[in-house]
Amino acid sequence: MILDNLPALQVVIPLVGATICALIDRRRVAWPIALAISLVGIVISVALLAQVLAGGPISYAMGGWAPPYGIEYRVDVVNAYILVLVSVIGAVIMPYAPRSVAAELAENKQAWFYTMYLLNLTGLLGMAITGDAFNAFVFLEISSLSSYVMIALGRDRRALLAAYQYLILGTIGATFYVIGVGLLYAMTGTLNFVDMAERIVDVESSRSVLAALAFLTVGISLKLALFPLHVWLPNAYAYAPSVATVFLASTATKVAVYLFLRFFFSIFGARFVYADLPLTEILLVLSVAAMFIASIIAIFQDDVKRMLAYSSVAQIGYMTLGIGIANLNGLTGTIVHLFNHAVTKGALFMAVGAVVMRVGRHDLEGLAGIGRRMPVTMAGFVIAGLSLIGVPGTVGFVSKWYLAAGAFESGAWLLSFLIMASSFLAVVYVGRVVEIAWFREPTQAVASVEEAPLSLIIPTWVLVAASVVFGLDAAFTAGVAERAAEALLAGIL
Amino acid sequence: MDFLQTVVSHYNQWIAVFLMVSGLYIVVARGNMVKKLVGLNLFQTSVYLLYISPGKILGGTPPILAAEFAVYSNPLPHVLILTAIVVGVATLSLGLGLVVRINEAFGTIEEEELFARDPEA
Repeated sequence: MILDNLPALQVVIPLVGATICALIDRRRVAWPIALAISLVGIVISVALLAQVLAGGPISYAMGGWAPPYGIEYRVDVVNAYILVLVSVIGAVIMPYAPRSVAAELAENKQAWFYTMYLLNLTGLLGMAITGDAFNAFVFLEISSLSSYVMIALGRDRRALLAAYQYLILGTIGATFYVIGVGLLYAMTGTLNFVDMAERIVDVESSRSVLAALAFLTVGISLKLALFPLHVWLPNAYAYAPSVATVFLASTATKVAVYLFLRFFFSIFGARFVYADLPLTEILLVLSVAAMFIASIIAIFQDDVKRMLAYSSVAQIGYMTLGIGIANLNGLTGTIVHLFNHAVTKGALFMAVGAVVMRVGRHDLEGLAGIGRRMPVTMAGFVIAGLSLIGVPGTVGFVSKWYLAAGAFESGAWLLSFLIMASSFLAVVYVGRVVEIAWFREPTQAVASVEEAPLSLIIPTWVLVAASVVFGLDAAFTAGVAERAAEALLAGIL
Repeated sequence: MDFLQTVVSHYNQWIAVFLMVSGLYIVVARGNMVKKLVGLNLFQTSVYLLYISPGKILGGTPPILAAEFAVYSNPLPHVLILTAIVVGVATLSLGLGLVVRINEAFGTIEEEELFARDPEA
């Protein structure tokens, strides 16, 4: 009975949890609830992935209304993988959260933070699991609205401006998405993904469908921060509370990439998107621009969180690069990089969050010599930094390997070269932090700090370990990613 | 003549597009944060028309089954837009809440003044 209803429980449990947290409004109650729910989330998502790997896609009729009229939750390899990614990151963050949140937020706001976290989790999981285009919009807005609030809770007053800016751009992106869905609905008469994919073939020559594709592409690109639509991202990541930054950086853009993949490959179909339109060229140019320009901007940042945020924009460039290459290896690279970047960037932001808790600032100058005072935390930062660069033996290398192989296969050897070249820019900005943190004399403010508490170190190192373990043995992550890429390229929903 | 007919017969879409573009223009062109939100709301509202107007069928009735009616308007866009209205209201109120907080923290909600006072922001 419970097994049959797993798809619904995945979304409903955090939603109910958020309501309970909001009603009770006590920090001491909110955190255990959030922790328990995030752990249950992992169990459900892993169970779903196992079911899907064994028995193929699951279709769940929400509320008992049969699709295509009711809302269908449809789990296949692609979104089961995303569900696991979001739940795992969501759960790893929770043991980290109480100390960091207590250090950065006023006491009366902490319960609300967990409420927003759970709502955000609901939205992201819902976006990933639903098989209904409009339902995806509703979940998109649930996750967006809660992330605006989480960002605005940051200590710095500039967090408010960052949240406002993200609200404006995020809403424009989401509205573009609804326009696209509306046009598709007008043409096909359905909102169900499977149904839509079948009917779109008959109307694909119409201008409305082309316009829908354009609106969806731009709208989702805003949410996933494709260069040059990334302007909301650096400030949002820089001024949000550390826990919110870790969570958003590791999951929010990834789910948007998933939605992008879903529309491009499962609904419109690779043939329509790539054969008739110059989308390959557009995506490749923007991705390469992201990889280089955002990395170069990252080098010149004086704030570690902003630097990592620009690095995220560059890393998103790798993901969209794989979508542009659109062969099996390229797409596998994109999908495996969703996971790999999530653990790598999560570990980096967690290490920075631990420093912020101890030192109270996140500009580079404030970090001078911090490696000697907080060696365990900063060692984690270095290893995760190596993964960001793409050193062999880390997950970053696995993603770049697939992407380079995909680029090579498609005949664009120049792209393979650019993937390598852009990695060297990461060497520069990661190297800058390492130099300041390890080789400078500690400043007076730094000299008196202690190593971060275990509740911060252990989650950080879990992600650091993941970025090495799955780098040494990528059979599981890359295996699932390859199956997902095969399903997407075949247009199977 | 054909062209003119096409233009006139799609007047609902013209209105939606006009609202859409003017809303987006206000978001881009105005420096006042409240006005930006008004523009954003206009932009969102235009999408409601885009959804609802094609759902109306000339001569169609509300979709309540009865012997004397055969043509019904499509109710689904209404339901979708009810949800979208809720989303729009939530976005607008959260946005206005943020503007209030920004006014408290910075003492202004004009973007130009704000950047002049605090270049780093």
